[in-house]
Amino acid sequence: MKANCWMGKQTVEVVDVPEPKILNPRDAIVRVTSAAICGSDLHLYNGFVPTMERGDVLGHEFMGEVVEVGRDVNNLKPGDRVVVPFPISCGNCLQCQAGNYSICENSNPNAWMAEKVWGQSPAGVYGYSHLLGGFAGGQAEFVRVPYADFGPLKVDDGLSDEQVLFLSDIFPTGYMGAEMCNIKPGDTIAVWGAGPVGQFAIASAKLLGAERIIAIDRFEYRLKKARTQAGATDTINYEETSVLDELKELTGGRGPDACIDAVGLEAHSHSPMYAYDRVKQALKIETDRPLALREAILACKNGGIVSVIGVYAGFIDRFPMGSVMNRSLTIRTGQCHVQRYMKPLLDRIRNGEIDPSFVITHHLALEDAPLGYDMFMKKEHFCEKVVLKVH
Amino acid sequence: MSARTRRSTEGTVWRDDMAESWIDTRPGVSRQEYGREELGRQEFGRDEFGRPGLTRTEWRGRQQDHATGLANALGWFSLGLGVAQVVAPDSVARLIGVESDDRTRNIMRGIGAREIASGVGILTNTRPTNWVRARVAGDAMDLALLTRALRTSSTDRQRTSASLAAVLAIGVLDAYCAQRLMPEGRAGMVQRGEIRERGAREREGVSGIEVRESITVAREPSEVYEFWHNFENLPRFMRHLENVERTGPGRSHWTAKGPAGVRAEWDAELTEDRPNECIAWRSIDGSMVENEGVVEFRRAPGNRGTEVHVRMRYAPPGGRISAAVAKLLHREPGQQIEQDLRAFKQVMETGEVSVSDATVTPGPHPAQPPSRDELRERAR
Repeated sequence: MKANCWMGKQTVEVVDVPEPKILNPRDAIVRVTSAAICGSDLHLYNGFVPTMERGDVLGHEFMGEVVEVGRDVNNLKPGDRVVVPFPISCGNCLQCQAGNYSICENSNPNAWMAEKVWGQSPAGVYGYSHLLGGFAGGQAEFVRVPYADFGPLKVDDGLSDEQVLFLSDIFPTGYMGAEMCNIKPGDTIAVWGAGPVGQFAIASAKLLGAERIIAIDRFEYRLKKARTQAGATDTINYEETSVLDELKELTGGRGPDACIDAVGLEAHSHSPMYAYDRVKQALKIETDRPLALREAILACKNGGIVSVIGVYAGFIDRFPMGSVMNRSLTIRTGQCHVQRYMKPLLDRIRNGEIDPSFVITHHLALEDAPLGYDMFMKKEHFCEKVVLKVH
Repeated sequence: MSARTRRSTEGTVWRDDMAESWIDTRPGVSRQEYGREELGRQEFGRDEFGRPGLTRTEWRGRQQDHATGLANALGWFSLGLGVAQVVAPDSVARLIGVESDDRTRNIMRGIGAREIASGVGILTNTRPTNWVRARVAGDAMDLALLTRALRTSSTDRQRTSASLAAVLAIGVLDAYCAQRLMPEGRAGMVQRGEIRERGAREREGVSGIEVRESITVAREPSEVYEFWHNFENLPRFMRHLENVERTGPGRSHWTAKGPAGVRAEWDAELTEDRPNECIAWRSIDGSMVENEGVVEFRRAPGNRGTEVHVRMRYAPPGGRISAAVAKLLHREPGQQIEQDLRAFKQVMETGEVSVSDATVTPGPHPAQPPSRDELRERAR
């Protein structure tokens, strides 16, 4: 079958690989209809995530049709249309029982590896390095889905792929980012990053009742989308103005009630800190660039919440711990516990409260995935979200 | 870990193996002990291999204090003086300001002999209490003699007086020393003490590499114990065990895959089997890989499942060096045990062992589905 594979830094190729097979009784094989390229895929693309091997199939946002089920899967049958959540969760362990699906205790067969880096292992993830299990991803014709009796969401045919595909990752992620802010009526939320996840964070903040939502980015087309389609009330272009000053002005001196970091480890800015972080990365003293995170912490009002949904992999430098401690800030973070949100958000989509397809700017065939990565990386052609049509 | 001290007349001596220091609570007590008699010994906190965590020994004996040093000094002094008195009585007589005639010389030699005897007695005895007492008597005698000499036969009253003062001073010193050395006296009293030795002692048996791993399973202790107790089932999901066979009551034969594809086999016997609590085993003597261990099952705090604690010791064929090499190859038993414990938890909680496209076949493999051939080669 055809699959989009990581071949090296900034190199992905669509090559022929064997088709997946049922390996465990709770497995299912899904024929992929649509898949997407995620912002966090770019971290793999740019070589920021260790333990990638040549030939790894990428892709953790995908949906399709069940074609085969293992003998212990009783709730799905061939022909069912499903959206697959990106964290692989068993549903039985203590964390899954508590609803913390992205930290499932059982699903990562390379848990020993993750433990060495992070102390304990999170759940396995499709197509996201061997550190997180070495699972083949969904930018392919077929995918093996473990624990298929727990996780994949059956969707009816009334909704198009484009409307439900993002339940696999970015919509729940943005939603969890906004939910972690404990939004109360009248709150002001600032969102760093107007990429697809940022757009959903903004839209979710609106759904959850925020009064003012401020989007921060440097691409006008993204800020415009945030304003006109996602529901942001204000936007800040950090290349034109000082974000901290602007936020102070917009919030009457106090700062936003909560700040969402939807940027993560490949942050960019024009400040000397950017040069500092890049040099340290090159020298391998620092692995991640926390520019947006630093700013979010400094901007946040006293006693506020900093909600981090941008992906980080390793270590950061010059973290404003003093600001956090002395001003009673709360930092809430985590890979999205997607399974928690899939059904409630599907309901919202069905009710017409939101149409997630607004973030899509490009449709490509699976074979054009390398082009998609390049375009998404460079933010060319007003690229916001690339969807790969597979079957 | 610091050793605790307790100030008391009994004197507790703590020895902490980790700190490697002795701490004695009685001031002025030297480190010299002699005649220690053990009154009793207690061992606490045996670990799973029978090694005591704490040994408490009660003893009684005599502890020398610094009086010994003083006694020795006095002994040397006696010896020196005695020799001088015997060999050169005239010089000594002149020194103490007494006329040197035959009678004086004989007395001097007599005293000299007494001094030599004193000195020898003190220096050759570990408990020269009586000898030091004898010195005191000798000093009294000297004092009497010198006093009389001061009144009658002294030629140099100054020197005699000085000698008198000196003998008085030495006499005080002797008396003090005798007092400190006295067996029933305050400082030389019978000491009772306690020695606590922390830390495990060397045990005859399996030495070698120690492995300690634990995992928590979201099941009742009884379920976990039952599952583990079915040894023949373990190879189903513990990748590094090939086969387990019961060979008799409490006995089983194990086959495992060691590093570099080497097969290891051994016979084991159950040394302890407490339902829902623990299972302990050891390999029968002469096994290829000597090992012993224990698995404990404890209810997790907050009733959040069962903690499984594995502790085992094994003697790797080839010694520690091969263990280091195996670790590099990620086949070292500590890591194997960790992997196997994870598999055990996964089977108990989810019904299957977690596997991915990259990990289903042994050896490095990209994260893409393995081919049919690769799957056929898959171990087990």
